[in-house]
Amino acid sequence: MTTMTVPGLGALPRKYVPILVTALLLAGMFLAGGVRYTGFASGQVILNVFIDNAFLLVVAVGVTFVILTGGIDLSVGSVVALSTMVVATLLKDGWSPWPVMALVLVIGTVLGLGMGAIIQYFEIQPFIVTLAGMFLARGLCYVIGTASIPIDDPAFTAFAQTRIDLGGDLWISPSVVVAAVVVLVAVYVLHFRRLGRNVYAIGGNEQSAMLMGLPVARTKVTVYAISGFCSASGGLLLSFYMLSGYGLHAAGMELDAIAAVVIGGTLLTGGSGYLLGTVLGVLVLGLIQTIISFEGTLSSWWTRIFIGLLLFAFILMQRLITARRR
Amino acid sequence: MAPPGPILRMRGIGKRFPGVKALDGVDFRLLPGEVHALMGENGAGKSTLIKVLTGVYDIDDGEMELEGRPAAFSSPLAAQQAGISTVYQEVNLCPNLSVAENIFIGREPRRLGHIRWKRMRHRAGELLHRLDLDLDVSAALSTYSLAVQQMVAIARAVDVEAKVLVLDEPTSSLDAGEVAQLFRVMRRLKEQGIAILFVSHFLDQVYEIADRMTILRNGRLVGEYLTSELSQVELVGKMIGRELADLERLEGRPLARETGPLVEARDLGRAGAIEPFTLTIHEGEVVGLAGLLGSGRTELARLLFGADHAGTGSLRIAGEAANLRTPRAAIHRNLAFCSENRREEGLVPDLTVRENIVLALQAARGWTRPLPRRRQDELVAKYISALNIRPADPEQLVQNLSGGNQQKVLLARWLILEPRLLILDEPTRGIDVGAKAEIQRLVAELSDGGMAVLFISAELEEVLRLSHKVGVLRDRRLVAEVDNDEGLTSEVLTETIASGAAS
Ligand SMILES: Nc1ncnc2c1ncn2[C@@H]1O[C@H](COP(=O)(O)OP(=O)(O)OP(=O)(O)O)[C@@H](O)[C@H]1O
Ligand SMILES: [Mg+2]
Repeated sequence: MTTMTVPGLGALPRKYVPILVTALLLAGMFLAGGVRYTGFASGQVILNVFIDNAFLLVVAVGVTFVILTGGIDLSVGSVVALSTMVVATLLKDGWSPWPVMALVLVIGTVLGLGMGAIIQYFEIQPFIVTLAGMFLARGLCYVIGTASIPIDDPAFTAFAQTRIDLGGDLWISPSVVVAAVVVLVAVYVLHFRRLGRNVYAIGGNEQSAMLMGLPVARTKVTVYAISGFCSASGGLLLSFYMLSGYGLHAAGMELDAIAAVVIGGTLLTGGSGYLLGTVLGVLVLGLIQTIISFEGTLSSWWTRIFIGLLLFAFILMQRLITARRR
Repeated sequence: MAPPGPILRMRGIGKRFPGVKALDGVDFRLLPGEVHALMGENGAGKSTLIKVLTGVYDIDDGEMELEGRPAAFSSPLAAQQAGISTVYQEVNLCPNLSVAENIFIGREPRRLGHIRWKRMRHRAGELLHRLDLDLDVSAALSTYSLAVQQMVAIARAVDVEAKVLVLDEPTSSLDAGEVAQLFRVMRRLKEQGIAILFVSHFLDQVYEIADRMTILRNGRLVGEYLTSELSQVELVGKMIGRELADLERLEGRPLARETGPLVEARDLGRAGAIEPFTLTIHEGEVVGLAGLLGSGRTELARLLFGADHAGTGSLRIAGEAANLRTPRAAIHRNLAFCSENRREEGLVPDLTVRENIVLALQAARGWTRPLPRRRQDELVAKYISALNIRPADPEQLVQNLSGGNQQKVLLARWLILEPRLLILDEPTRGIDVGAKAEIQRLVAELSDGGMAVLFISAELEEVLRLSHKVGVLRDRRLVAEVDNDEGLTSEVLTETIASGAAS
């Protein structure tokens, strides 16, 4: 059985069900917010969710690649923090912005590449390797400095304050554009490039992928490099957003990213899921925060509690869907 | 005219696994334009030789030449690039990807690196059409039966412009029609000068298609023969190292007996899987199910077992109405189901042979009442020797066993339960001639002891040898129920399957 019937939609391939559920959840949350709070149901509120979570979205894109192969990357939050730290320090030392950005992207990619190579060639669990990577990157932050370093490079601050007008009082930040580009490129790679198809194949059955003559080792290493690159990009966006570098930035962001991917319907066992789901997942997380800030009296820890409950619900749902597949 | 030199030559090949010498000094050669069968019992080393050849395993000893040049492959990818296209023993495809992708992944039609999906689907459709298969190529592979998956794997392999085509038990889940299709394709490729290495436990198939064969026994070379110069009896003798006389056939047909009904299905059905059917299975009765692939044999069995929910009808077990909603409930009522899909639904590769065998028995007892280790060892030893599982080491990991021996382990798991009704879905798939006879004897013995058996097999001879009555399925409908008496032959059965009417 590959299809199930959804009232009003006819038969829907089962693989799209998780995404649909996430989309409905998002719509429901938005409606509920709009009914409950004045000023909630405006376009800018939605755009703000994008603006405040652009860096998370970019990071989650990388994590999606990794999870689709059946792996996991716990180092992303630390790599984001390290990137902000490198940016702030080098700018303070008088580097010009472009080489700094290029260097940060290279560092992130190389870190990912290294972890991927260790996972693949020493056959160590990705969980362990990226956990080590997480401590390593966080530790490097403190080697650079323990205090928060402000960024006052004029190019950076100008970029951070740029608003792209969409007309009708609506605006987005350049970060949103960057995130959108990253998402589109990633969707293209996943669905129209061999690399992307190999990612799905490996997640489906690694042994079979190897026997079919697919470049399993190369693909797996690449996926971690992509994740490292995305984390570094997320780090750059975060340094625009925060205008500082700090070892405590992005604490726990790896978990937010993983949560977004899972809520977006991607299976942790790999091979099944879509990037669109990840985008929706990030929006769900962002909208929870927005609702809590509109509520005003709730402490921000409620965000965590809601995310936790949602994760439970989604993992249960996936379990049911996969169990009923036959 | 001198015969053409071999396209592939392997000399003195050796391969060791911890505790096992899987190959020892094996020589093998493959001529262009021939079909060469690799023969041997379960665990003889056939798949290992293929995996060594295609770069899945490193070679421990010996050397290899492809077209006269020394060759060694570090990965299946390298072997593929050198012109060796392979279908490995178990279906090795990605269930989450579409049919079209499974055929083309790794060599998708592209323009500037951009995958051309439409073209890919179109070509996949054409390719499958040539194999007489009409599938929705954009559906996920997992939605199709094992047999179809096997055909897809074959389609993938034959589409590559290869010099050598390796087929390790490609026909294990195929029915006669599909085998004929495959053989047609193989003959065409052979005419084009492609060398084909073919493994099968069906001797008739081997004699139909192979020009030459190489026989292995316990990892050693027995010899290379022309098919036309070796009789089936001699072949079996060389494979098992003793005379066929030891494998005495089951005498006569099973006699029908007067016993009470055990399972009564009335108008049981499930939309899209199988039309409502009525079937009674008596105690101690062996009921065979015959029919083409996709005719609904497995679906019927799954309904009886509660693995799928019935949409209509009722089921009575031993006179009581039973509403089996889960396999657990069925096991509780002493039904057992040995699935055809051992890789996905059966064995736990990381557990040992012993643990895999006692799994169902332990689950039936409940985890609070562990089976004493002494009793486990006794039972396991009994079935290892009864089914001739090799290596006969209960502590070996199941994933290290050969395909046929894994199948025997799965069978042992359900036999050990001594259920009232045992459903066997293709139990002898991939099992060598000797062990097949053992399993058939065991089934006959168990049914004499009062156990009812529902026996599904694509091999009609096997169904006829064991069953008291045969149910014939066609297009997901139970079209006939025939008593297995003198009048029933495999020809009659084939006729019934084809025409869909009871004779
Ligand atoms: N990865 C492994 N580790 C340890 N032993 C192995 C491994 N793979 C195979 N063997 C052993 O090597 C021997 C040969 O196995 P192989 O799979 O080649 O048999 P086969 O001839 O293909 O049998 P079948 O007809 O059952 O498929 C067997 O004894 C098997 O247990
Ligand atoms: Mg084998």
